[in-house]
Amino acid sequence: MGAESLRHRFERGLNSPICLTWELTYACNLACTHCLSSSGRRDPRELSTSEAKALIDEIAAMQIFYINIGGGEPMIRRDFFELIEHAVDKKVGVKFSTNGTRIDEAAARHLARIDYLDIQISIDGADALTSDRLRGVGSYDQARRAMDNLRAANFGPFKISVVMTRESVEQLEALEELAAHYGAELRLTRLRPSGRGVDVWQELHPTLDQNRRLYRWLLDRPHVLTGDSFFHLSALGSPLEGLNLCGAGRVVCLIDPVGEVYACPFVIHEEFKAGNVRDDGFASVWTSSELFRSLREPGNPGACASCGSYDACRGGCMAAKFFTGLEMSDPDPECVFGHGETALAAKKVAIRPKSSPDHSRRVPVALSSR
Amino acid sequence: MTLSAVEAFDRSLPWRLGDQVSLRDEAFGALAYHHGTRRLVFLKSRELVALVRDLDAYRSADEAIAAMIPAGSHYQYVKALSALARSEIISGR
Repeated sequence: MGAESLRHRFERGLNSPICLTWELTYACNLACTHCLSSSGRRDPRELSTSEAKALIDEIAAMQIFYINIGGGEPMIRRDFFELIEHAVDKKVGVKFSTNGTRIDEAAARHLARIDYLDIQISIDGADALTSDRLRGVGSYDQARRAMDNLRAANFGPFKISVVMTRESVEQLEALEELAAHYGAELRLTRLRPSGRGVDVWQELHPTLDQNRRLYRWLLDRPHVLTGDSFFHLSALGSPLEGLNLCGAGRVVCLIDPVGEVYACPFVIHEEFKAGNVRDDGFASVWTSSELFRSLREPGNPGACASCGSYDACRGGCMAAKFFTGLEMSDPDPECVFGHGETALAAKKVAIRPKSSPDHSRRVPVALSSR
Repeated sequence: MTLSAVEAFDRSLPWRLGDQVSLRDEAFGALAYHHGTRRLVFLKSRELVALVRDLDAYRSADEAIAAMIPAGSHYQYVKALSALARSEIISGR
């Protein structure tokens, strides 16, 4: 019954994912510089309402207890409420991530009436100046308005989700106060070089020193949620809250708006595509895809084999390595001992794969013109 | 929160799987999800899963453990049930 053997079991995969992320649409009314899914334009091949409902039925049959819905901006889909209500009716809990722009007073009241619903509102800094630099002018105020509306509608505790950048990581206390102000839970996640993030990661990811401070801050606050985002920092000592492993294709995966299944939300790229739910359904992709089977094989510690902390960080995040041009057997680019930086510096030509597909709008649209 | 979750786990009382809880079998045991608290809990052995599923067939947790678990492991399973009571995966009946 030991924790260690449990982690090894997880690495060999589960009957169904623990955490399934489903990006409902690539359409988005914002154009965040670090968008993981390079969202903007709706894909015309998006799953229809009936296809989406059939997928929810399959998710329920697989006993996936809850799904994380994202996008794009999921509330842009006209059938958004119909789909989340269908999920809740099937006893599939829903947590969805939103930029909050569509949560007006009426929407907040509607959301407050739905059981088993969890909402994550994204801001990427404790003030408009910091957050808007990544998410667009006006986005912070709109997110705050959504939080105000949820509070007024007595939605209950929601989550405030913040990506840790070189700037936002310096605002942890202010973010904690903001969450307390709303009776909300604070959720911090790692900036990944995925999607459009590949263009900004280099200058925005926290420094080694900032990561060390973040680790200690999180260690003191097990109630701050991270979605297992920072397991690469567990090499610094005691493990952080969570499973502390790369769950890609083992305990997590991503379904994109057109039904493609990827190993995790951070690797929307041809190389990590496992199949499409339109072919034989989701369960068949989860259990039979060759990619997922290979990800469930014992990992190769590669360059990390001689490091005493490999068992703590397991070599870090696959997506972070892939999109910075590192090999899977290299250390995480943000390895707390600096081995990742050394590995990156040693690459004579850094070939950084671009996320595919890219649904970015060709011309950025100002928020005011929505 | 139910009264039973607030009280310390009393193994002389009858228990059962919580009515807001779903169990999913896995090779290592099972995942338990509480739809109310939205907490996911791992049941780390198949013996524990069987015990939790059958709790409601016995007059007390002690009786269930005595019937289903080898004598040398009783304490371990009392501890496991106590943790499950704290997270409201099992509740008094």
